[in-house]
Amino acid sequence: MNVLKNLSQDKLGITSLIFIVVLTFVGIFAPLIAPNDPIAVNMQLRYASPSWEYLLGNDHLGRCILSRMLYGIQPSVLWVFVALAASVSIGAIVGFIAGYFRGNVDAVIMRICDVMLSFPVYVIAIAIVAILGVGLGNILIAFVLMKWAWFARIIRTSVMQYVELDYVKYAQAIGMSHPSIIVKHILPVTFSDIAVVASSSMGSMILQISGLSFLGLGIKAPNAEWGMMLSEAREVMFTRPELMIAPGVAIVMVVLAFNFLSDSLQVALHPQLRQSNQSQQKLKWFKAPAQHEKEVVK
Amino acid sequence: MLKVENVDKSYKTHGFLKQHRRKILTNINLECQRGECLGIIGESGSGKSTLGRLLIGIEQPDCGVITIHGKQIRDRKQRKGHVSVVFQDYRSSINPFYSVEKAILEPLRDYKMKEISDELLDRLLLQVGLSPDYKYKYPYELSGGEAQRVCIARAIATEPTFILLDEAISSLDVSVQLQILDLLKTLKSEYNMGYIFITHDLQAAAYICDRMMIFKDGQVQETIATKNLPNVQSSYARKLLQNLITF
Repeated sequence: MNVLKNLSQDKLGITSLIFIVVLTFVGIFAPLIAPNDPIAVNMQLRYASPSWEYLLGNDHLGRCILSRMLYGIQPSVLWVFVALAASVSIGAIVGFIAGYFRGNVDAVIMRICDVMLSFPVYVIAIAIVAILGVGLGNILIAFVLMKWAWFARIIRTSVMQYVELDYVKYAQAIGMSHPSIIVKHILPVTFSDIAVVASSSMGSMILQISGLSFLGLGIKAPNAEWGMMLSEAREVMFTRPELMIAPGVAIVMVVLAFNFLSDSLQVALHPQLRQSNQSQQKLKWFKAPAQHEKEVVK
Repeated sequence: MLKVENVDKSYKTHGFLKQHRRKILTNINLECQRGECLGIIGESGSGKSTLGRLLIGIEQPDCGVITIHGKQIRDRKQRKGHVSVVFQDYRSSINPFYSVEKAILEPLRDYKMKEISDELLDRLLLQVGLSPDYKYKYPYELSGGEAQRVCIARAIATEPTFILLDEAISSLDVSVQLQILDLLKTLKSEYNMGYIFITHDLQAAAYICDRMMIFKDGQVQETIATKNLPNVQSSYARKLLQNLITF
C-alpha cells in the first residue's frame, strides 16, 4: 500500500501503471469492446482509410485494424508478461539460492546456467516448437526454459552484494531462519534490480515473440498479434506505410510504459532514493541557495 | 555462559596452481560469564573479527567447540534470544527499508511470536538515550551515534546472555564514544549481560572491560584483568602499552 502511495507522487510512474492496467483490462475484455470481428475479411475495404465504422482503417484483407489491435493485446502483451513472470520467478528462486548459500550449491547452479546460456535462444525455441508443435503456448514455454538462466545469473550477482551486509549478518546471528532472512532482508533490496531487468527484457521479449510469430511458429495466421501485424504491414511498407503506425506505436508505448514503471518502482521502493528525490524537489521551490548552503544540504 | 575450546580457523586462498590454507586462528580458548565484559584487543588483521563471526555462530570453526550454556552455538535455535551483536559500520547495520521501530522489534518478533507492547519499544529507546519519536524514523535520517544507539537497543531487546561488540564504537567520534561506553556500562549492570568487546582501542577497552585478551596473529598472547594491566608479561602487550598515546 505504501508503495502505491509513493508511486502516486510520481506522475510518469502512475501514468504508466494506469496505462498498463487499462491495457490489461482492454485485452481481457477485447471481445466485448472491439467494434468489429477481427478476422472478418472484406476485400472491398482493402487498405481503406479510417472511417467512423473502422476507426484505424483496414488492412490488406479489409479487416478492422482497431479490432485486431485490441484482440492482439492478449497474445502480444499479457501472455508475454505471464511467460516473463514465470522465467523471472524461476530465475529469482535459483539466483537467491545460489547467491545466498554460495559454495558448492552455487557452483552447481552456475554451471547449469552456463550450459543453458551456451545454447542459441532462437534455435532452441524452434527445436522445442518442433517437438511440441506450433503454437503461442509452446513458444512461451521455450522462452521460459531458455531465459531463466539469464535471470538467475543477474539476480545471483545482485544478491551477493547484499548478503555480506551487517544487517544480514545480524539476522543470522540472532538465529533467524534462512528463508525469512531472504524474504525480509534480501528480497526488498534486490527487488529494484529484478524489476529493472524484468521490465527491460519485457520489450525485447515482445519483439522476439513477434519475430517467431512472423516465422509462422507462434500464433496462427488469421488471429491477430502485434508482431504479425507489423510483418504483414512490412510487405507494403513503401506504398502504405501508415499500416505500420498502429502496431508499431502500440509496441513502443507498452515497452516505454514498462520501462518508466520500473524506474518509478525503483524510486518508490527505495526509501533513500525517495528522500533525495523529495529534497531535490523541495530545493526547486526555494530560490537558488547560496553556495555554502548547497554544501550544507549535501 | 559462553565457552570456546581449542578453536582453529583457516581460509582457502586460491593460488595459481594449487590451493593454500591460510591459518587465521590457532588454538583459541576463552570463557565469558554473565555480567562480565571481556575485551579482545589486537591490531587489524589479527583475526579478531573472524573470532567474532565464530562466536555468533554464523561461521563454523575448523576444529574445537563453541558452546553457550553447554549447547552448540552453531545451532541457530540455541542462539535465539541469547546472542546478539553490534557491528562497527552503523550505516549497513540496519535494513534501509526498516523504520527504527521495525528494526528494534525484529529480534523480539522472531524470538517470541506474541504481541509486543508499545511501552517496551519506548522504554528501550529511552534506555539508549533516544526520544520515543525516533521510532518512525528511517536509518538514513539518523546520525552515526543515533544509529549505533538504535543498534544497541535492538541488541538488548531480547535481554541476551551475551552481546558481541565488534568495533562497535570505533567509527564514532570521541565524545560520542564515551557516551556509548557509559551507556553500555549502565545497560550491563541493569540486564546482567556478558559483553565480548572487540577493539583495537586499548583505552576504550580499559574503560569498559573487566578482563582483556591481547590478540596477535590469531593467537592469544595474554589474558589479564584490567586492574593488573600495567603488569603485563608478554612482550607484544608491553609494546602495545608503550605505543599508547596518552594526553
